[in-house]
Amino acid sequence: MSGRASPVPEANHGAASGAGAGKRAVRAVPAWRRPLRPYLLIVPALLLTGGILYPFGLGLYYTVFDFAASKPQPDLVGIENYRRIFTQSSFWDSARVTVAYAIGAAAVETVLGVAVALLLHRASFVGRVLEKILILPLMIAPVIAAIMWKLMLQPSVGVINHLLKPFGLGGVQWTDTPTGALLSSITVDVWVYTPFVAILALAGLRSLPASPFEAAAVDGAGWWFTFRRLTLPMLWPYVLVAVIFRFMDSLKVFDIIYALTEGGPGDSTMVLQIRAYLEAIRFQRYSFGISYMVVLWAVVYLVTMVLVRYLGRIQNRAAEVPG
Amino acid sequence: MDMHAHDRRRFLAIGAAAAASAAPLLTACGAGFGGGNSKGDGSAADDVTGPFDWKRAKGRTVKALLNKHPYTDALIADLKAFTEKTGIKVEYDVFPEDNYFDKLTVDLSSGRASYDVFMLGAYMVWQYGPPGWLEDLGPWMLNSSATGAEWDQADFFPNLLASDQWSLKAGAPLGQGGQYALPWGWETNVVAYNTEVFEKLGLKPAETFDELREVAGAITRRAPGAGFDGMYGVAVRGSRSWATIHPGFMTMYARNGLKDFTVEGGRVKPAMNSPEAIAFTRDWAEMVKKGGPPSWTSYTWYQCSSDLGAKKAGMLFDADTAAYFQAVKGASPASGKIAFHPGPKGPDGSLATNMWIWSLGMNAKSRNKSAAWLFLQWATGKEHLRKGAIEYNHIDPVRKSVGQDPAYKAKMRAIPGFIETFETVVDQTKIQFTPQEQFFDATTSWAAALQEIYGGKNASSVLNSLAGDLASKVG
Repeated sequence: MSGRASPVPEANHGAASGAGAGKRAVRAVPAWRRPLRPYLLIVPALLLTGGILYPFGLGLYYTVFDFAASKPQPDLVGIENYRRIFTQSSFWDSARVTVAYAIGAAAVETVLGVAVALLLHRASFVGRVLEKILILPLMIAPVIAAIMWKLMLQPSVGVINHLLKPFGLGGVQWTDTPTGALLSSITVDVWVYTPFVAILALAGLRSLPASPFEAAAVDGAGWWFTFRRLTLPMLWPYVLVAVIFRFMDSLKVFDIIYALTEGGPGDSTMVLQIRAYLEAIRFQRYSFGISYMVVLWAVVYLVTMVLVRYLGRIQNRAAEVPG
Repeated sequence: MDMHAHDRRRFLAIGAAAAASAAPLLTACGAGFGGGNSKGDGSAADDVTGPFDWKRAKGRTVKALLNKHPYTDALIADLKAFTEKTGIKVEYDVFPEDNYFDKLTVDLSSGRASYDVFMLGAYMVWQYGPPGWLEDLGPWMLNSSATGAEWDQADFFPNLLASDQWSLKAGAPLGQGGQYALPWGWETNVVAYNTEVFEKLGLKPAETFDELREVAGAITRRAPGAGFDGMYGVAVRGSRSWATIHPGFMTMYARNGLKDFTVEGGRVKPAMNSPEAIAFTRDWAEMVKKGGPPSWTSYTWYQCSSDLGAKKAGMLFDADTAAYFQAVKGASPASGKIAFHPGPKGPDGSLATNMWIWSLGMNAKSRNKSAAWLFLQWATGKEHLRKGAIEYNHIDPVRKSVGQDPAYKAKMRAIPGFIETFETVVDQTKIQFTPQEQFFDATTSWAAALQEIYGGKNASSVLNSLAGDLASKVG
C-alpha cells in the first residue's frame, strides 16, 4: 500500500539508479517555463481533437450544399439534403434493414459469445486449444471472410450445400432471397465477431471473485441457479461492453454485406452505409452521401450514449455490492 | 491558481476561435470542394506545332490506369514497341473490374493527376465528362502536328468513334460535341451456345425471345439427364450492378423496340415502366428463374463466361468476347464446342444490339498531355491493334482495316459462327441507352428492380416505383 501511495519518490529513485546515476540530478524547471507547461501539455490533445473535429466539421459543412460531380460549384441548400433523406422511402427501408441487422448480429453474438466463454472457462487442455482456435476469425479481414463465405454459400459449387446434400437440402440459394441474404450476412458477422464477445466474456469470468461461487456450491445451488443469480449479474458489465461494441459496429457494417450481396437482392440488404457509399462514391452526389453518413453517425451516437449510460449505472450498482 | 485557470480558459477560447476561423481558410486552400471544372478556353493540343514526331516527348513517363482484361494483356505485352518508337516509358496499375471504376472515379474526382491515361467505357463519358475530368481529344485529333497521318481517323467504325462523343447535355444524342475518349476495343452482345448439348437434346439456336425462354428452360430440365450434370440453360448477369443491364438484357429489350428513357421537350423521362417494358422484364426474370444460373443475383460476366467454359451453362447471352475467351482452343473444357449466333430477333425482326466500348481517355488534369496523346495514338493505331487482334485476344476490332485483315479473319474462322454473327449484327449495334449523367444510378437501380421481380415481387409496381424515383433524379 505504501509503495502505491508514493509514486514520486519511487520515480526519482528509479531515475537515480544505473550507471553514473550518482552524478545526475533532476534539474529544476526554469521559472519562465513553468506557466507554459500546462499549455504545452494540452497541445497533443488539441491536435488530436482538431484532427478529429476538422474533417467532421468539414463533412457537416458539405451537407448544407448540393455538391456533386455534376455540380462542382454548389449552391447553399440548407437542410434540403436531410429533408430529402427523411422523405425518401428508401432511407426508411435501409434504416429498417440496418437496425434488423445490428440487433440480429449483436444478439446472436452475445448469446453465443457468452456460451462459448462459459464452456472455455473450465480450465482444460482442450479448452486452451479451443481458445487459440477461437481467435482465428478475428484475424481475418471481414471482407475476406465475406468473400470466403460467398464461395462456401454458392449454391452449386459451395461446400455448405455439398455438406447439406445428404440431408436433402443441397439446393438452397442462400443469398438469392431477401431473407436468405440478410441471414447469410448476419451469419458471416456472427462467425467473425462471436470470438470477440467470447474473449471479453471470458476475461470477465476469470476476474469474478471465487467466494460467492464457493458459497453457492456449499449451499448446493444448481448450475442454472448459479448462472442466473450469480454469474450473469456479475458478468453483465463485461457483456454490456461487448454488446455496445458489437451493436455500434453492426450499425456501421459495410464490408461484410458489400462483399457478400452488394446490398441485394433488390434492396433487401441495403444498409445505410452502403447507400451512403453508393451516393457519395458511385453516383458522386457528395453532399447527399455525406448527409446519409451524418444521419448514421447521429443514430450510432444516440444509441451508444443510451447504452453507455446504462453500462455506467450497471457498473455503479456492481461497485455498491459489498465484496 | 485562479489566474491560471482564467488564463487557460482564455487560451482555449482563443484556440477554438482560431480553429473556427481557419476552417474556411483551409477550405479555400484546397480542402474544400474538390474537382472543379477544368474546362478552359484553349486546348493543350494547340501548343503542339511543327512536323509530327513520335519522339517529341522522349524521356517522359506516362502513367496508365488499366482494368484486368484480355485486351489489357495484349496492350501490356506490346508496350515495349511503344517505348522503342517514342522513347516514352509507361507505368501502369491494373485493377480487377469490381474495383476498377471506383478507383478511377475517386482518382478523377480528387482533382489529382495520378494517372495521365485510363481505360473507360463509353457510358463513363456521361459521368466523367460533365465535371470536366476528361480531356477533349478533338483538338488533338485535328492537329496534324500532334497526330500522325497514319493514325487514319476514317478507319474507325464511325459508330464507335461517335459513341465517345457527346455534347454533355442529358438526352442529347451521341456523335456531337467533344471527343472525350477513343474507342480501343469493343464487344457486341450475342448468344454463344454449347454445340454438344444442343446436338444431344436436338435443339436449335433461338430466333425469337419466346424460343430463347423455351430453350433455356429445356436445357435446365433435360441436360442433367443427358450427361451434362448441373448444366442450366442460359448464363446472364444478375448482380446488383449497372453491368447487369447493358449486355443481354438491354439487347433483347432494344430488339423489342423498348426504350430506357424518352426525351420530351428537352426533358428525360423514364420509360422502363411502359406496359410493354413491364411485360418484357417479367418474362426476362421468368426466363432466369426457369433457365438461368443458380445464385443469379451475384452473377457478373466472369461467372457467366466461366460457366459456359465449364459446361455449366448451355448458352451465354452476353458479350461475344466473354464467350470467345472460353472458346479459344485449350482455354476451357468447352472449347471447340462453342458456337456463336446473333441471338433472338425482335417481333419485327430487329437485331438492334447494345454494345460496350472499352475506350481510352486522358485526364484533363494531366501535366503530361503531349506524351499521353502519343500513347493514346499508338494504342488505338493500326499497328498495335492489328498485332493485338492477331497475336493476342484483342478481338472485335474498332478499326475496319483490322476487321478485314485476312490474318484476323483466318484466326476468327476457327470459332464457329463468330465472323458471321459479328457481320450480321455490326451495323445494328450501337449504344441503346439514352445518354444522361445519372446512368449508373439508373441502371444500378434497374438491376435491383430486376432482382426484386426475380424474387417474386410484382413487376408493375416495382418498375413504376423505379420510374418514379428516377424521374426526380434525371428529369
